Amino acid sequence: MMKTYIMVKLTKSVVKRIITVGLILLLVCAAVVGSIVLLHGAHIDVLNPQGEVAMKERNLIVFTLLLSLIVVVPVFTLLIVFSLKYRASNPKKAAYHPNWEGNRLLETIWWGIPCAIILVLGIVTWQSSHALDPYKHLDSNVKALNVQVVALQWKWLFIYPDQHIASVNLLEMPQNTPVNFSITSDAPMNSFWIPSLGGQIYAMSGMSTKLSLVANKTGDFKGSSANISGQGFADMHFTARAVTPADFDTWVHTTQQLTKSLDETSYNELAKPASVKAPLFYKLSDQNLYDTIVMKYMMPAPTNSAPKATTPKPTNMNMNNMDMSHMEGM
Amino acid sequence: MSLLDVVFGRLTFNALPHDLVTQVAVVGIVLLGIAIIGALFYFKKWTWLWKNWLTTLDAKKIGVMYIIVAVIMLLRGVSDALMIRAQQVVGAGDGGKFISSDTFQQVFSAHGTIMIFFVAMGLMFGLINLVLPLMLGTRDVAFPFMNSVSFWLFTAGMILVNASLMLGGFSPGGWLGYPPLTELAYSPGPGVDYWIWALQIAGVGSLLSGINFLTTILCKRAKGMTMMKMPIFAWSVLVTTLLIIFAFPILTATLGMLGLDRLMGMHFFTSGFGGNPMMYINLIWAWGHPEVYILILPAFGIFSEVVATYSQKRLFGYKTMVLALFGITFLSFVVWLHHFFTMGAGADVNAFFGITTMIIAIPTGVKIFNWLFTMFRGRINFKTPMFWFFSFVVTFTIGGVTGVLMAVPAIDFQIHNSLFLVAHFHNVIIGGVVFGYFAGITYWFPKIFGFTLNERLGRYAAYCWAIGFLVAFLPLYALGLMGATRRLDHYDPSTGWQGLFIVAGVGVVIICLGIFFQLLQLAVSIWQRKKNLDITGDPWNGRTLEWSVPSPAPFYNFAVLPVVHSRDPFWEQKEAAKAGHHPARPVYVDVHLPKNSGFGVIIAAFAFMVGFGLIWHMWWLAIVGVIGVIVCVIIRTSDDDTEYTISAAEMERLDHGHNTYAAKEQYA
Amino acid sequence: MSKTDSIAVEHLDAVETARHGTTALGFWIYLMTDCILFASLFATFAVLRGATYGGPSGKELFGMPFVLTETLILLTSSFVCGLVLLGAKYNRTKLVILGLIITFLLGAAFLTLELTEFTHLVQDGHSWRASAFLSAFFTLVGTHGAHISMGLIWIIVMIGQILKKGLVKGTIRRLTLFSLFWHFLDIVWIFIFTVVYLMGVL
Repeated sequence: MMKTYIMVKLTKSVVKRIITVGLILLLVCAAVVGSIVLLHGAHIDVLNPQGEVAMKERNLIVFTLLLSLIVVVPVFTLLIVFSLKYRASNPKKAAYHPNWEGNRLLETIWWGIPCAIILVLGIVTWQSSHALDPYKHLDSNVKALNVQVVALQWKWLFIYPDQHIASVNLLEMPQNTPVNFSITSDAPMNSFWIPSLGGQIYAMSGMSTKLSLVANKTGDFKGSSANISGQGFADMHFTARAVTPADFDTWVHTTQQLTKSLDETSYNELAKPASVKAPLFYKLSDQNLYDTIVMKYMMPAPTNSAPKATTPKPTNMNMNNMDMSHMEGM
Repeated sequence: MSLLDVVFGRLTFNALPHDLVTQVAVVGIVLLGIAIIGALFYFKKWTWLWKNWLTTLDAKKIGVMYIIVAVIMLLRGVSDALMIRAQQVVGAGDGGKFISSDTFQQVFSAHGTIMIFFVAMGLMFGLINLVLPLMLGTRDVAFPFMNSVSFWLFTAGMILVNASLMLGGFSPGGWLGYPPLTELAYSPGPGVDYWIWALQIAGVGSLLSGINFLTTILCKRAKGMTMMKMPIFAWSVLVTTLLIIFAFPILTATLGMLGLDRLMGMHFFTSGFGGNPMMYINLIWAWGHPEVYILILPAFGIFSEVVATYSQKRLFGYKTMVLALFGITFLSFVVWLHHFFTMGAGADVNAFFGITTMIIAIPTGVKIFNWLFTMFRGRINFKTPMFWFFSFVVTFTIGGVTGVLMAVPAIDFQIHNSLFLVAHFHNVIIGGVVFGYFAGITYWFPKIFGFTLNERLGRYAAYCWAIGFLVAFLPLYALGLMGATRRLDHYDPSTGWQGLFIVAGVGVVIICLGIFFQLLQLAVSIWQRKKNLDITGDPWNGRTLEWSVPSPAPFYNFAVLPVVHSRDPFWEQKEAAKAGHHPARPVYVDVHLPKNSGFGVIIAAFAFMVGFGLIWHMWWLAIVGVIGVIVCVIIRTSDDDTEYTISAAEMERLDHGHNTYAAKEQYA
Repeated sequence: MSKTDSIAVEHLDAVETARHGTTALGFWIYLMTDCILFASLFATFAVLRGATYGGPSGKELFGMPFVLTETLILLTSSFVCGLVLLGAKYNRTKLVILGLIITFLLGAAFLTLELTEFTHLVQDGHSWRASAFLSAFFTLVGTHGAHISMGLIWIIVMIGQILKKGLVKGTIRRLTLFSLFWHFLDIVWIFIFTVVYLMGVL
């Protein structure tokens, strides 16, 4: 049997090439190892959904990413292959056709395939935009919990109108129970976001946006504001705590017994620009507090106010169903 | 109201910087300024500066000045980036404070504003000025004086942004300044006003440039150069000017309205009194989205030229490329809502804009394939610009994928305003815009300065930028998915984010190494210029008309305006010469060129006064500025003697003084 | 004239004609950008029209006879401006100057009426600070008024130039651009009249 040896002369260019390839391999290994080390045990909230909404959103991410690879892989491959094969310094002189500038078939392929991908993605977009519309209530046998959210400088106020309690920077909710949020701001524009449970929506003064989320597991989940709202913006993180329904009832009961109450006066104190170190809890004295906060930007304050005048209710709008698209004017 | 109040408005000594980092920066800038001014006095160069640079109407010189300003602003923008990274590395927990929250917010706002308005726009307008007239076979742009005004207004805006560092501080509202945060109620200081008026002034300059370049392309092409024979870069500039013309007035109106809210107590976008911040967001992004296409389309044009030239082959699918440019242009006007899917417009509206956003990916993808197949069966010269192109394809593709991801509204709900978004737009802007303009500078440098840039250092710079970019921004994708929002100056250590911030910081340092190599490249190339002279005027075996003039290009561009018969006219001319067909003897005629004018500088100085006066409530200064601008415009536009003539005989003499390709050729 | 002289003159004529065309195109494009500026203000007005914050709306505030007068004045001034261009074509310098003066006076009358309307509104407490609707109103109509003011300054400058240099190529070119500007402002006013006043009151 003939043994064939391939002799490679160790010329300067060959050594250079070996070093280059070696360096690239080293870099790639370092990147992979580094990523594993850094991301080990990390809470990649968006990819580790704890609720049904976030789960659907993650699946969309994976699907779209895979679809894009149909284009990415050929692009990278062709780039590397063409760069190597057609470089002028290639000793194996490849074909050179300087005037070749068009090919109907090729153009049809790379117009056609992206069009097909976008068509599929377009349909998926239409469906998912409707299915995951933040204003859409979640399907569930369990009765939904209503929470009113107010973005302040620089904390989050959560009002439980049906339970007559309120909390700051701690959002406690029962497991497997859909939560219908009504969100506003008494501060610059913010964005209400709990990545483990689902996507965000803006919190805007004078308006009430809506979001529906559900926690299918118990635990503490990170929440934050995703839109800059002033100097203490980085302090606007809160904890969303999902507990068993029994534990939730206990917490509600305890908070209802508190002496500290949230009414217009204590609210105005709370709304002053400052951060909060630890969560606060109140019993809710003013049932219409949320509506007042929204309306105060929309109408001038009543000039003939008796001490306990009720907030003027807008005549042609139902507060609980106030829809963003109405305000949009779009 | 004392006299001091009237004269100085709300400007007091309190406006000087309070924190150490800013104070050090200001002292540094002031010392540098004194050094430069001192040098000008010492070497008695004021007259030279005024006559040759400050009053010039030569587009090539104006282009050089744009690029110098842009590079200086790049250094400032990268310094801001380093500070952001540094703060986010030490910001785990409440303790670490490299810079205060207030300073941090000014830093990231300045970073974004400077990079978009003064670096990217500056490099873009600079390159267009350098190359477009040469490429079209004409002597200058359609309105040379307006060109000068555009540049100086750009510079006035730049000076205003940097003045904020010394007096009063910058806006804390981000590069787009969303209300109500940027209204008086939440930001009463001068910072937001600096932001408004710097952009307003620079924006007018950009708008005038758009009008100028569009008219140039439509009216000033060489004889025989039909639209479909134009270089593809010219097409990319054409569509860019269409975008500028449609989009920038929206910016002017919107900034104007925010300015009126702040100056005259109006209520366009305030929290109460019927104001509607959502209207601002719609308007600003109706400008903002076309703006990012304004930045990238000329870069695409540059890559088309670069790939074709270095592959020594015709651009694949010229017609399709033009179609794709128009497709992208048209579509860029119907996607703006994808910047605020999370504002609650409803599923129908969100889905519509999501789908239009995805559709833009199609012509963009087509362009990438066309470039790749320009390389196919070419004979590729891997010079530095091709390294930038290679890095562009890799990085921009990643950025495009993440863009398509974010175009799905339901996905965007989870990554909007997170570091994932930040990684995406840096991905496409650095990978596309920055790499494209760096490729263009390297490619056209010899045409303007007469010698080539050092190849090896250029390659090192490209490697550092490419690797540095990946190291700096891939971690940000992970951070975004981990729930990290943008613009945070501290975070809980238990999130585990700090490690990734450290890696990102290392990446920015690598990018800085890349910038160091670029500056070193410039210095070394100047040092070695005699060895790298571009004698033929055609260092890259070019295809388009700019390579047919000597290097450095003479101030009159062409001694005789060329007549064109095909695409890639210079390549065709060379091919014809190889086949033995030589051009006819040139016929020289009188040439009319614009005289220098100092009114560009003066108008911009008055515009600066308007801005500064309005910011500090020095109403008298603003009024003087307005009157000054109007008077200067009247004087200049009434002047009928703005040109001088070079006789035909003088033209012939000048032409033969150059070692031109044509002069060496035998005539038919 | 020798042959080279006449070629030189032809060359200059061609250059001047080309310049006229280029400048006119550039000015047209500028007018289109101004159009988009106004469009942004119109869009904002449309959105904020109902944001009266409890205060009066257009129905209560606008007086149609007043506005009709303003409109007729501006339309007339546009007509006179057309006559000015006609005069320039037939080299009737005196007519051109007279027409420009009349255009100026009509424009100034328009501005005076507009400022009177603004003053009354502010004195009655309906200033631009009172609501988003009023902010949008004052800004849209005020921006148009600012453009008219610039036009008036332009007329003065044109009168000065024509008196000094006569109806030469340069002044005729600038007169043409001015008339484009003035007619454009007239068209914008028609939109303001319709969208702001007419639709506000109906």
